[in-house]
Amino acid sequence: MRRRRTWTIVALAVLFVLLAAGCGDDKKDSTTATTTPGTATTVAPAFAPGSTMANIQARGKMIVGVKYDQPGFGQKNPTTNEVEGFDVETAKLIAVGIFGGTPESVTSKIEFKEAISKNRERFISEDGPDKVDMVVATYTINDARKQVVDFAGPYFVAKQDIMVKASDNAIKSVTDLNGKKVCTAKGSTSEPNVKAKAPQAEIVLFDTYSQCAEALADGRFDAETTDDSILAGLVQQSSGKFKLVGAPFSDEPYGIGMKKGDDAFRTFINDQLEKIEASGEWAKAFAATLGTLGLPTPTPPKINRYGSTPAAPTTTAAATTSTSTG
Amino acid sequence: MQVVLDNLDVYLEGMRTTVALTLLSFAAALVIGTMIASFRVSPIPPLRGAGAVYVELIRNTPLAVLITLFFFGLPKAGIQFDSFFVSAVIVLSAYTSTFVAETVRSGINTVAVGQAEAARSLGLTFPQVLFVVVLPQAMRAVAAPLGSVFIALIKNSAIASIIGVIDLTFVADQVANDNPTNAIAAFLGSAVGYLLLALPSGWAVARLERRTAIKR
Repeated sequence: MRRRRTWTIVALAVLFVLLAAGCGDDKKDSTTATTTPGTATTVAPAFAPGSTMANIQARGKMIVGVKYDQPGFGQKNPTTNEVEGFDVETAKLIAVGIFGGTPESVTSKIEFKEAISKNRERFISEDGPDKVDMVVATYTINDARKQVVDFAGPYFVAKQDIMVKASDNAIKSVTDLNGKKVCTAKGSTSEPNVKAKAPQAEIVLFDTYSQCAEALADGRFDAETTDDSILAGLVQQSSGKFKLVGAPFSDEPYGIGMKKGDDAFRTFINDQLEKIEASGEWAKAFAATLGTLGLPTPTPPKINRYGSTPAAPTTTAAATTSTSTG
Repeated sequence: MQVVLDNLDVYLEGMRTTVALTLLSFAAALVIGTMIASFRVSPIPPLRGAGAVYVELIRNTPLAVLITLFFFGLPKAGIQFDSFFVSAVIVLSAYTSTFVAETVRSGINTVAVGQAEAARSLGLTFPQVLFVVVLPQAMRAVAAPLGSVFIALIKNSAIASIIGVIDLTFVADQVANDNPTNAIAAFLGSAVGYLLLALPSGWAVARLERRTAIKR
């Protein structure tokens, strides 16, 4: 018995040393990476102590919530296990502003977490194991959400559209959805939008857009509706099973969700977005991701630097951001 | 909790769906489960095997996996139910029936062998022995554990919300999304709803247990 306990202690000690060594390596990585010659194009700037940027820098990791199932924006590649897409590239370009280096060199300093439509607010505003620094996940800016989180951006403006089976020619516009069975995701702006335009549509809500697409393929629905950019990815993936109707009926400005009231962080992200839009890195990232789905590179939307909105619901009318209708 | 009171009508509607899911699934599970239990104690080996495979396969699969396979997988094989509610009831009753089967089987084992032997010596067939002599006694012994299975089912029915059935959990999800500042209250509202369903069930089970107890 005594002997066994000794061995346990030895094993634990070895494990502890290994773990400590592992952590040490990590730190070394993060400090050397910024100064690696050749790949580094910028050095890490200095931030005011106590600011979110300084905290992220000190932590050596920026934690970002992205989608894992949205082609073109954030999709986990099952072979490489990396998340890919425009949201991911945008997050990398923001990380460059904090850590310096290039989008490639900062990848190891970003921890991506899966954010689904309905849990994005909780990801940002609640302390816990899932707490993130920002959410870049096809996140439409609107007043209801601005009561809980703040938005930098928009960095992209999508339009809500409809996806149907390739063989379906009956649905040509949003009003054709009246009396039809339509799927969209829980907690997205797509539901109120379509409800306002097609009140007689039977709307069913699933957790993700990919589940909707799956059920649409099985003939459980007549259509799926959400932002065109999301649907474009699903159409691309369906190998001819689906098509986009091409009848957009709302504007969805995508913003970067972050903790409410952290205005310094918001200004920083907005500055960084303007920087990458001016430098052409924004367009490059777009072409490399959404561009491959057949979407033409648009002009970047104008950044909306709204004044801080108090959390009280009565004052939201003062918010200046364009919001989705419905 | 103001947010719950403001949305009381949707909560009640969700609760109604949860109750319907639970009652329908439990009724089906009782029938299927008792049948499977009788398979498992039958003298015919293929029936015993089939019963065992059914129980082990379904009982050991997570409910979320079951419902996903049933809802998204089976249509690929050409089997599809148009109603989402019906799909949920089928999955819930199949899952619950395995627990009912094992509970009833253990109840059958509590009935003294002499009972079955006496019935056999009177010339009763196996189904007669089981349904006339053994099961009535077995069911009295398992009233309490079956009650636990029922209460578990009330809460398991929340899984239906992932295929778009608007039950109590779905409603809480929606209310939380519409009122992000009161998300916790919205979920507490559904917790209270489940409590309101489960607690009286527990009392009813306790009463049933007293009334059916075998006086020895």
